[in-house]
Amino acid sequence: MQKFETVNVTTDLLILGGGMGACGAAVEASYWAKKNGLKVTLIDKASMDRSGAVAMGLSAINQYVDLTSGNNTIEDYVNYVRMDLMGIIREDLVASIARHVDSSVHLFEKWGLPIWKDDDGNYVHEGRWQLMINGESYKVIVSEAAKNALTEAGGEYFERIFITEPLMDGDRVAGAVGFSTRENKIYVFNAKATICNMGGAVHVFKPRSTGEGLGRAWYPPWNSGSSAYFTLRAGAEMTSQEVRFIPVRFKDAYGPVGAWFLLFKSAALNSEGGNYMLERRDELERWKPYGLVKPIPANLRNWLGMMDVMEGKGPIFMKTEVAIQKIAAEAGDEKAAKKKLKELETEAWEDFLDMTISQAILWAASNVEPEKKHSEIAAAEPYFIGSHSGASGAWVSGPEDLQSDETKAEYFWGYECMSTVNGLFCTGDASGASSHKFSSGSHAEGRIAGKSAIRYIVDNNSLPKVDQAQVDAYIAAILKPLELFEKHSKETTDPEINPNYIKPKMFMFRLQKMMDEYVAGVSAQFSTNKAHLDRAMELLGMLKEDSANLAAADLHELLRCFENIQRMWQAEAHTRTILFREETRWPGYYRRSDCPTMDEENWHAFANCKWIPATDEWEMIKRPMLHVYPNAAEHA
Amino acid sequence: MPSFVITEKCDGCKALDKTACQYVCPNDLMVLNKDSMKAYNQEPEMCWECYSCVKICPVQAIEVRGYADFVPMGATVTPMRSTDAIMWTVKFRNGMLKRFKFPIRTTEEGKAVPSGGYATAHDNLNDCILAQEPEALKLDKMYTLK
Ligand SMILES: Cc1cc2nc3c(=O)[nH]c(=O)nc-3n(C[C@H](O)[C@H](O)[C@H](O)COP(=O)(O)OP(=O)(O)OC[C@H]3O[C@@H](n4cnc5c(N)ncnc54)[C@H](O)[C@@H]3O)c2cc1C
Ligand code: SF4
Ligand code: SF4
Repeated sequence: MQKFETVNVTTDLLILGGGMGACGAAVEASYWAKKNGLKVTLIDKASMDRSGAVAMGLSAINQYVDLTSGNNTIEDYVNYVRMDLMGIIREDLVASIARHVDSSVHLFEKWGLPIWKDDDGNYVHEGRWQLMINGESYKVIVSEAAKNALTEAGGEYFERIFITEPLMDGDRVAGAVGFSTRENKIYVFNAKATICNMGGAVHVFKPRSTGEGLGRAWYPPWNSGSSAYFTLRAGAEMTSQEVRFIPVRFKDAYGPVGAWFLLFKSAALNSEGGNYMLERRDELERWKPYGLVKPIPANLRNWLGMMDVMEGKGPIFMKTEVAIQKIAAEAGDEKAAKKKLKELETEAWEDFLDMTISQAILWAASNVEPEKKHSEIAAAEPYFIGSHSGASGAWVSGPEDLQSDETKAEYFWGYECMSTVNGLFCTGDASGASSHKFSSGSHAEGRIAGKSAIRYIVDNNSLPKVDQAQVDAYIAAILKPLELFEKHSKETTDPEINPNYIKPKMFMFRLQKMMDEYVAGVSAQFSTNKAHLDRAMELLGMLKEDSANLAAADLHELLRCFENIQRMWQAEAHTRTILFREETRWPGYYRRSDCPTMDEENWHAFANCKWIPATDEWEMIKRPMLHVYPNAAEHA
Repeated sequence: MPSFVITEKCDGCKALDKTACQYVCPNDLMVLNKDSMKAYNQEPEMCWECYSCVKICPVQAIEVRGYADFVPMGATVTPMRSTDAIMWTVKFRNGMLKRFKFPIRTTEEGKAVPSGGYATAHDNLNDCILAQEPEALKLDKMYTLK
């Protein structure tokens, strides 16, 4: 076996991940750290310029509350998010992010992000809460500000280190362990507080494309559930692990549809020319009060379209040509219409080129000109992205000043964004029940956590102890896949097929197949029941045992081994929580065929879970859904 | 094979201190073959076609060929990224060409100032007001319930 060196790093604040949440945390924490003589250290598995979900760029900022205009209030945003998530959100968290998000957007603009402006110099809105941007370099710009902030304040950032496990000192987080994906080095980080922002998870479920297109999931293949794994393993309480997200997008390449629906006001029609949003309006009654609000919740829009497909009325086509021609015609005379058409065509292509280049390739390869020909849309596969229209993540404390008398005892415990584990903070996809924060809100939440964590350190200014036995066990676990491979790979003529170990790719396929078939994946038409879920738990149990036999030929495969262990834990938290919640609440995300209706009386509540390190058992916890902003319509 | 490297063009980034494509790929896919000094995508079925490697390659040696399991053959989408704009050339299967140019940033590369130039009027670690607020919010004060 090659030799591995262990590198020990001691710091004050440890920021895990380098995406939107982490960059927000780095900018804000650096400011307060410098004032208090503290050091901030950030760790990313990739290079910050192009890491995380925004690596390719984005064409829109999806959360801008626009408080200065006076058109919207914080309460409006909270209402919108609560209804979209079928009544289950933490209003304190959503309100807190909403009150800070506009300043993140204004900072992005100062840092150099081009935001579209109209002739009067106002931002161009895609929808009520969304802004259009020229966002090819969105992530480059945001990470540049974060790196500059860290460097100016005497902090550091490490790239290409994959974080595997949290280190614990009793009930307080003491840091993290990880390994370099470039050289034979294992890193042990010891810190006074840790902020977890390692994104959501993809490839837990079998994607629709399983050949070369395996990587073309809507969610980027490099976020593997590290946030969920890290917080679970620290013993943190998790929330909304059942609330996955299934986006409806242009089929196969998953190009965005937001601009088409919101900006171009396009309709999607089935093969018979029917519009499910109109024809299936009655179905929305079943999901009231949420089904009756505008905009109709994302999962219910999904569900109406899925009903068409299940009844054999697919494919569903986005009528791009009708929408574009209509807007062009409204522009006035023929010359104006032609100019408008050209403008719309450019906007439509930029939407893809900024954030889903594959869709541009697919259109070009299929000779699709959107102004002339419609395009098929479809529901993708399930993903875990609590910052978007899903809600999975850790259960974190809200701010003290945004609580009602009712909520304070349940939702506030001292430091905003801190999980139930002392010193462990979470943002973006890592924190739950605060959906619809997107890129900008994740950044704002990172900033909130950055300040909050420095306050925690000032109040608790001691370095938690590192348990050497724990470190040794984690180092041994990191090396094991390499040792297994070295020990046995020569025993067969093909190192891929060997009875002594399993390679990470087949391990991933095994996980994906069971999740797809038993836990409401694409093949199961997003439907499951208790018997299926019990079967999934049985299969997951054996997969978990076999994870001890993962083997890696090199550092790249070692990375894949640990990514898939993390996906497996995300899968288990998800399956257990779907089992726990005995109702169907988000029919366009998943349905329980054995409890097909929504049960407001028993389940207008959070389904939380927790893994208990000492006993290796799981605890399921129902938490009340309490209001900061009581809404009469909801309980009518 | 999503991103691919043209043998003749790749010079292994000899002149640089690091292999640009290997440095940038968010999914750890690009690697340099130390014998041939040419880079390749080691796991094409895990490629997101994010084009980060294509945009960063100093000699334009990397291109993307659409996923063979669902994309018809014959199209190309090629970027040319400068410090403030990106030019795209889209070639259709039927040969049609379209070109688009979009701005990518309004400030000089590397020069993003963390404070954005917004003033910081207060110094209280215990309240909910963040470093550049309320100036960066363009409001007089922070929203609260109390
Ligand atoms: C396809 C798509 C389109 C979207 N479109 C929009 C849009 O138009 N507008 C909008 O506002 N938002 C959009 N979003 C949402 C937005 O991208 C996310 O909300 C945001 O990126 C979440 O931030 P995050 O910090 O939680 O995660 P990310 O930004 O994904 O960052 C995760 C970070 O963790 C690192 N990491 C992961 N695992 C480890 C590990 N084990 N060790 C160390 N580091 C690790 C990653 O490298 C990365 O740096 C979109 C998202 C997707 C997927
Ligand atoms: S960046 Fe371009 S030139 Fe450099 S190693 Fe990669 S493909 Fe070769
Ligand atoms: S296109 Fe993106 S994911 Fe694919 S190899 Fe290049 S940088 Fe990596």
